[in-house]
Amino acid sequence: MSSRIHECIVRIGETIKDNKDFLTDLDREIGDADHGVNMARGFTAVEDKLPADETDIGAMLKKTGMTLLSTVGGASGPLYGTAYMEAGKIAAGKTEITAADFGAMLEAAIAGIQKRGKAVKGEKTMLDALIPAHDAFMEKANAGADLVTALDAACAAANEGVEFTKTIRATKGRASYLGERSIGHQDPGATSATLTLETIRDFLKE
Amino acid sequence: MVGVVIVSHSPKIAEGISDLALQMAKDYKGLRTAAGLEDGTIGTDSVRIMNAIQDADEGDGVVVLADLGSGVISADMAIDMLEGSVKAKIADAPIVEGAVVAVVEASIGSDFDRVIAETEKTRDFRKVS
Ligand SMILES: Nc1ncnc2c1ncn2[C@@H]1O[C@H](COP(=O)(O)OP(=O)(O)O)[C@@H](O)[C@H]1O
Ligand SMILES: [Mg+2]
Repeated sequence: MSSRIHECIVRIGETIKDNKDFLTDLDREIGDADHGVNMARGFTAVEDKLPADETDIGAMLKKTGMTLLSTVGGASGPLYGTAYMEAGKIAAGKTEITAADFGAMLEAAIAGIQKRGKAVKGEKTMLDALIPAHDAFMEKANAGADLVTALDAACAAANEGVEFTKTIRATKGRASYLGERSIGHQDPGATSATLTLETIRDFLKE
Repeated sequence: MVGVVIVSHSPKIAEGISDLALQMAKDYKGLRTAAGLEDGTIGTDSVRIMNAIQDADEGDGVVVLADLGSGVISADMAIDMLEGSVKAKIADAPIVEGAVVAVVEASIGSDFDRVIAETEKTRDFRKVS
């Protein structure tokens, strides 16, 4: 029997793989045309390695992160790897997640990405989707909203964040080598982060 | 003796830099590379980097040279994963010049801090004056 968290991770992998060409095309514009390929390779390995019956959300996320770390290949490998592992620490021993838990997990994931990549908001990275998403999530959650409602707000903010990345110049990551030429294109990592949040929300709605 | 690890996205780059550096210190045995993914694809893999650092270490520490972007992020992650079991540091230096100096310095038996310091001096090497 496949656990809920296993199904959720598999679903994220499916979304990533469905969007492999899209993400790679985005990375072709401002990078080295591999973000979709990288992430799809990572999630294929994740699917192969994850124990389907694991119910401990923390343990599952930790394993997901470790696998992404060694299989993705690009900057997104250690960044997403750290994000999943840090979120997993918060969820250790839990088999269900509340809005407060998810807020703390997202916060830990963001802190992990920042520790690794040394980027802040506004540098045209995945953080430009995740930080506004976390802000919007907390605003709803603090007002008493349930997980799915707060995630709806998070996804809307993440999408706005992706739009915002079109307007700015990259100062971190490979795209920063392009200077002004990076303006006008949306960031691949911000896009994959948004797709991930949307998949989690859609999964929780079912 | 201090070890040296070359981290690159490309196995060809790492191999070329190794060849170049070892020309200056033929008998040096502490040089390792961690480049590309396991299947040879261009990319960086923190686990491979961690293994290379462990392999290069004789107990005197390991200086890491990395190429662009995720080379640095993955090397940083690899060092964190070692949890202090190996004294390792990324030298803030250009990878080619840095590797040559690091290998020469390590091969003459300089200690960890000195290898790092000499390697990082290559940041200021002028090519055209
Ligand atoms: N230092 C960083 N901090 C946060 N995110 C980053 C950083 N560097 C790169 N990224 C994210 O990674 C994405 C690129 O991932 P990917 O193409 O898989 O790796 P690479 O850039 O090594 O080819 C970018 O779109 C950006 O969102
Ligand atoms: Mg890329």
